[in-house]
Parts: sequence; C-alpha cells; structure tokens
Amino acid sequence: MSNPKEAIKEKSMVIQKEMLANLFTELSNAKANGKKVVYTFVPGNITELILAMDMLPVYPEINALQSGMRKKSGGYIKDAEKLGFSEDVCTYVKCDIGMMLNGNIGPTGEKLPEPDLLLLSYTGCFTFLKWFENLERLYPGVEIAMLHTPYQEDGVITDDQINYMVKQLKEEVIPKMEKVAGKKLDYDRLSKMLDNSVKAEDLWVKVLETAKNRPSSIDAYFAGVYYMGPLNTAFRGTEEAVTYYEELYKEVTARMDQGLYPVTPEGEMKEERFRLVVEGPPNWTNFREFWKIFYDMGAVIVASTYTKVGGLYDQGFRHEPGKPLESLAKYCMGCYTNLNLPQRVDLIEHYIKEYKADGFLINSIKSCNSFSAGQLLMMREVEQRCGIPVGFIESDLVDPRYFSYANIKNRLESYFQMLGQRKVILAQEETVI
Amino acid sequence: MKQAPDRLTSLLDECKSLAFDLNFSYAKQWKAKSKYRLLVGYLPIYVPREIIHAANGMAVGILGVGDRKQIIKGDAYYQSYICHLPRGIIEMALDSNLDNFDGFLFPSICDCVRNLSGMFKLAKRGKFTRYFDYPQNFQKNIGGTFYRELLETIINDMFKLNDMKITTKHLNDSIALYNHNRELIETIYNIRQEYPWRLSAVDVYHVIRAGMVINVEKHNEMLEEIVDLISEDFGEPMDNIRVVISGSFCEQPPIGMIKSIEMAGCYIVDDDFMLGSRWIQGNIKDSSSDPLNELVDSFLTQSAPSSAIYDVADPKGARLVKQVKMRNADGVIFCAASFCDPALLDRPSLQKSCDDAGIAHINFQFHENTGQFKVIKEQAGTFSDSIKLWV
Ligand code: SF4
Ligand code: SF4
Repeated sequence: MSNPKEAIKEKSMVIQKEMLANLFTELSNAKANGKKVVYTFVPGNITELILAMDMLPVYPEINALQSGMRKKSGGYIKDAEKLGFSEDVCTYVKCDIGMMLNGNIGPTGEKLPEPDLLLLSYTGCFTFLKWFENLERLYPGVEIAMLHTPYQEDGVITDDQINYMVKQLKEEVIPKMEKVAGKKLDYDRLSKMLDNSVKAEDLWVKVLETAKNRPSSIDAYFAGVYYMGPLNTAFRGTEEAVTYYEELYKEVTARMDQGLYPVTPEGEMKEERFRLVVEGPPNWTNFREFWKIFYDMGAVIVASTYTKVGGLYDQGFRHEPGKPLESLAKYCMGCYTNLNLPQRVDLIEHYIKEYKADGFLINSIKSCNSFSAGQLLMMREVEQRCGIPVGFIESDLVDPRYFSYANIKNRLESYFQMLGQRKVILAQEETVI
Repeated sequence: MKQAPDRLTSLLDECKSLAFDLNFSYAKQWKAKSKYRLLVGYLPIYVPREIIHAANGMAVGILGVGDRKQIIKGDAYYQSYICHLPRGIIEMALDSNLDNFDGFLFPSICDCVRNLSGMFKLAKRGKFTRYFDYPQNFQKNIGGTFYRELLETIINDMFKLNDMKITTKHLNDSIALYNHNRELIETIYNIRQEYPWRLSAVDVYHVIRAGMVINVEKHNEMLEEIVDLISEDFGEPMDNIRVVISGSFCEQPPIGMIKSIEMAGCYIVDDDFMLGSRWIQGNIKDSSSDPLNELVDSFLTQSAPSSAIYDVADPKGARLVKQVKMRNADGVIFCAASFCDPALLDRPSLQKSCDDAGIAHINFQFHENTGQFKVIKEQAGTFSDSIKLWV
C-alpha cells in the first residue's frame, strides 16, 4: 500500500473546506446560539426548507462516511453490534449509532448537537425508516416529521404521487418544522433559495458533462463524490454553493482547455487508458487506496450512478422556484435509488453510450440492499445491450472488515487487462477496415 | 390418551401438500376453469386480497422455496450477503413454477423485495408487476387518498386483463369472506394457546400457508372443519414452556426448525410467520356502500404493527409485550432470516422492550434452507430449561 502524498488543493477545494468548517462551527455553537438542529438524510433531502427556516441540517450518512474515512467506523460498528445489532445489517446505521454511543463527536472533533427535529425524508431505501426508528429510541421525546417518498415503481412520477408528497409537506412536515423553528415558512425566501439551487444545478451538470471530452479532465466518481457534496447536502439553495460551482466549473474548463487529465491525491493523471462507468457507492474506509488502483492503471470514471443519489440533474431535473413544493416532491422521487431497475439499466446504458465508455464496473456494497439487490441482473442486461466488458467487485461502505485490498486489486487488474486486450483487438479491427 | 381424529390427520396432510406445492397446481387448475379468472402472485407480507377476489382473481402467496427446490440460477442473481428468499423466487420465475400467473405484487417491506419487482419487469414476468408501495402516512386525507389510488391502479390492472368490473356487492362479499378467514385463523391460535398439544406448530403453519395458495372459500371450509375437530379434547400436554416467535414475517423458517423448537420443549403459541393473513386486526365493515373505503380505513387503523410500517411511537415493542401477555407466554424467540434488514434492525429495540417488561428471550438467525438444527435445538432446550427452573 502506498503512502499518499499531500493532496493538491485547488481553489474550489479550499472553498468547500471552508464551507464545511463553518457549518461544523455553527453546529457546535447551535445550542448556545439558539439554532435548531435537524437530522435528515442525503437522498431526497429537502435542505432548502430546513435552511429557509434558519435551522441547521445534520446528515447521519455523512457522519458515517466521515467516520469511515477517519478510520473510526470499525470501532463504532463493533459497539453497535455489542448493543445487539446484527453483523448482517447496513453498516451506515451501525456506524452512526456507534458514533452516538461514543459521544457523537463529528468530523472536526467537536461534539455534534442533539437533534431538535428528526426529519425522516426517506428516498430510495427502506433501511432509512429503520434507522430513524432507532434514532427515535436514542433521542426519546424529540420532534419527528416523516415524509414518505413513493418509489418510481412503474418508471414514472405520477400526479397521485406528487399530490401525496405535497400534502405530506403542507399538512405534516412543514407545520412540524415551523413548530420546531418557532417561525412560519417564508415562501418567497424558499423560492429565492430554489433559484440558487437551479444555478448550482446548471453548473454541476456542466461539470459532469466535461467528462464527455476525451480525455476527461475530471474523475466523475472518486472526485465526483467531493464535487457533489455542497449540492447534495447542507448548501443547496445557498449563494455559497453557487460560488463553489462557479469556481469548480472554471477550474474544470481551464483544465479541459489545456487537455489535462483528472487531478488525483497524488497529482495529475498522465494518461487516460480506460473510460469507465461505475455503479454503486465507493468504499470509504480505504478510499484513497481504492482510487489509486484506478489512477495507477490510467482508468478514469467518466460517469457514475452514485453521484446521482442526490438527484438526476443531468437528466433534466431542476428545482422550480415557482412551484416549490411540487418541485421538492419531484426532486425526492427522482433520486437515483428511487428509480426502478429497468430505469437504472437504461440510465447506465445511456451513460456508457454518451460518455463513450470502454467498460462498466459495479462496486457492490455489502451493506446496501437498496443499491445491491439486483445488480447482477443489471450487469447482464448492460453487457447484452452495450457489448462492453463488465466488471464486478465487492466491498462495504464503512466496515473495514469487508474491504480486501488484495482481492479487489487482483480483480481490477484482471479486468483492466481484459479492457486492454479488447482495445488492442478493436484497434486491429479498425486498421483492417 | 385420546388420539387425534383421523379426519384431522387427513386434513392436515392435505394442507401440508398444498402449502409446499411450489407449482401452485391447485391455483392453476382453478384458473383453467374460466378465461376470466386471474392469478395474482404476491410476496410477503400484506396485500388486500379482497380486491383480487372481487375481481374474479385468486391471490397466491409466494413465500419462497424453503428447502424444497434446489437453487441453481437464483444464486447467480444474488450476492452472498443478500437474504435467501428472492433467490428462490427468481428461480421459480425463471423456471415454469409461476407460468400462467397474470400479475405480481411486491409489498413494500424492504429494498430486496422492491428491487425484485424490477427484476420481474426486466425478465418480463407477468402481465403486470407492481411494487405495492403502501403509504407510511396514516392520515385519511393524505395516506388514505394515496392508498385508495394505489388500490384503484391495481384494480385497473386486473380490469384490463379480464374486463370484470368490481361491484359494491362483489367487494363486500369478498371482505366478508376474508373477515371470516381471519376469525377462523384467530380461533385456531386461541385454541392452541389453551391446548397447544392438539395441533403442533408445524401443523398450524401448514394450515395457514395452505390458505395462501387456494381460494378463500375452500380455505374457510377447511378451517371450519379444523376448528370443530380441535375443539374436542385429545392428545396429552407436555411439560413445555410457551413462546412467541418474532421476526420471521418474510423469509420463512424451515419446517425442521419450527419442529426443533417445539421438540426442545417450547410450545409456539404465537408467531409472525404469515403475518399478511393476520395483518388486519378485527373485522372490516362488509356492508358498506363504499367498500374500497373500508379497505383503506382498515389499512390505516387496523394494521398490525410490523417491521414494514413506520412506527413512530414504538407500538411494535408494546405489541410484542402485549402479545406475550395475552398468549400467556413465558418468553420470546427472535428468529430472523440472515441479512434481513427490517427484522434485524428492529430486533435490538424489541429485545429492549422485552427486557423492560421482564420477558426472557433468545435469538436465532436462519436461512430458509438451513439444514442443521442441532445448535438451535440445544439453545431452545436450554432456554426452556432455564425458564422452567427460574420462573
Ligand atoms: S441500505 Fe444503503 S441507502 Fe440505505 S441507509 Fe444503508 S447504505 Fe444508505
Ligand atoms: S427476508 Fe427480509 S431482507 Fe429478505 S426479502 Fe424479506 S424482508 Fe427483505
């Protein structure tokens, strides 16, 4: 295993770091400053509503992934297992509960405030429901609001579903939020925030689409998870998020104009041997080593499904300032894991073709049935439709026991070898023609 | 000791062979009698079977293959860390077991079942396939409206296939039949609570499971006869403790496991094996001018708390404690399928509810095709002995 060099920091990275640091400072001072704290989830989040009521969001999955990156998750998971949680269940939940059992210390080393509201807007994953039921037991008496997002079981968002969500927002969720916030929702303010959301969303799509260029100047998975952060979490709807994406887009286009390759923690890539589409979340406990296997082999991820868990903006969705609640409802229902399997296969096929990928890879996550159940059939479908080599590896989000570096590296090396051979054959065929 | 009546033995044999007929021959024969009849398969746990019945259909429970069918293709569709149930179901779908089914419903219980609905779509199985995403909001004008629309969608799916309009009378009649069915099932559990030696837990299992693959009229007839027969005294009580089993509401425990638990000295006086058949608590009004509305209301207000329903004030734990007391049970056996997120994520808080109420409990995990029960038998035996000693 290598010892990664100091990561190169671009201006956008510095901006994002500052945004996060400020948020965590605000969170640690929340109680003193009388700010209310809302725990909620990333996919299908309704951050603009939280921010429009001057409350501060906390995302338990982000805490879990940060714990994974800081090598704390293994201990947290074991502590949750001691409490009776099975080895078999989603490790995000156990990591979060373990973190709480250990004082709820956040990524900056400061204690996270307890929630004033548990806002269960669960999109695309049934386990979220169980997760929050467990949180309720840990914070007895806390106010709870529940927003049920119907699944796109038939591959469309219906009017019935939109009405159901809007009614929940109007009659249950917003009144509870107002009660906790101690103020009424200002719809003008919400619309202005949604306006900012749209600006950031436009820029984010432009960033993603630069990967269509050859060579791509971004890695849309490993770097993509950083890029998507502000939009998918606490900053959607803010001016800061717009500034961040303006800066990011400027940097990416400048790199593209110079024909540069993606930036990695060890500097710029020097080649683009393979263009891949990846399905599934990354592993967080060994994120850097995992990424390194790819960039060492010249493999660039040009599109990924994981970066769409917070919305499919690249497929045209935008928040609508004129129809705030309807568009929040559509947003929740449109997130990637809320798509049915045929839609997911169609999307992957589209990415492979649009981004001219050489291969398709699944990182199947032990914890996450929402992503993983059905992936083997998806893989076959994609292989049949696109005729490109498909690869399959297994790991976990935050349980270090399920990341086998040697195993994953071996599999990926064989996969890249296969991709390499195919390239040679295709090149030969082209010469003959 | 008076022996079990012969008629009971033959009825139980019939239930046993129906329950594990993975070709669903009875249902297919029933359908073959008229081109207007429909077969609608549904997975654990709950669908309102009344609407299917009223549309001239039969709702057929698909509960997995247990240890009765070798999984060959199914394993190639699922990673090792996913529960066993969907492997067997996809195997059945790819073989001919589910041929002639018109549609499939996948109730919202977890992401495996949800994604399996998409796998059926990709594999083009059934003329309609729906993830039955019932509301998690229980306000009549919010979740109720949404639920009604959901039921209407399924009714429309069926109408497109057989052109049969559901009338008020049809639906009221279906509601009455299922009310009776649930009453009879409850009666069997009540008799068993008092005299658990008259029917073994495995017998009860077969009797209820048979009802998921035949028409409700026939099941009711069988249940009526069984209730009559077990109301008579026979058999002999054993010095067993009495337990409630919790957590097996989807993937089903192997029969050998249920048997081992009883043989180890634990009468199973209640369980959640086929929760869907007992989901609605009490009767649904069967003389309404808007029976669909009655079905909606029953879902909103009479659903059994379960791992599939959002449970804000923890009625699941309270219900379990109440159930243990009501059944006069000595303890709880938590018995969940391996990798079953809903059951396993609920387990710690259910255990806590038991601890708080001073109820003893143990816990097992299983696969539907687990073949070895030695350890389970030993643990259940120790559990039984410890309760006999200390309680
Ligand atoms: S199952 Fe997957 S989507 Fe759901 S909480 Fe766990 S990691 Fe998140
Ligand atoms: S056994 Fe559990 S995890 Fe498996 S399909 Fe059923 S509810 Fe889902």
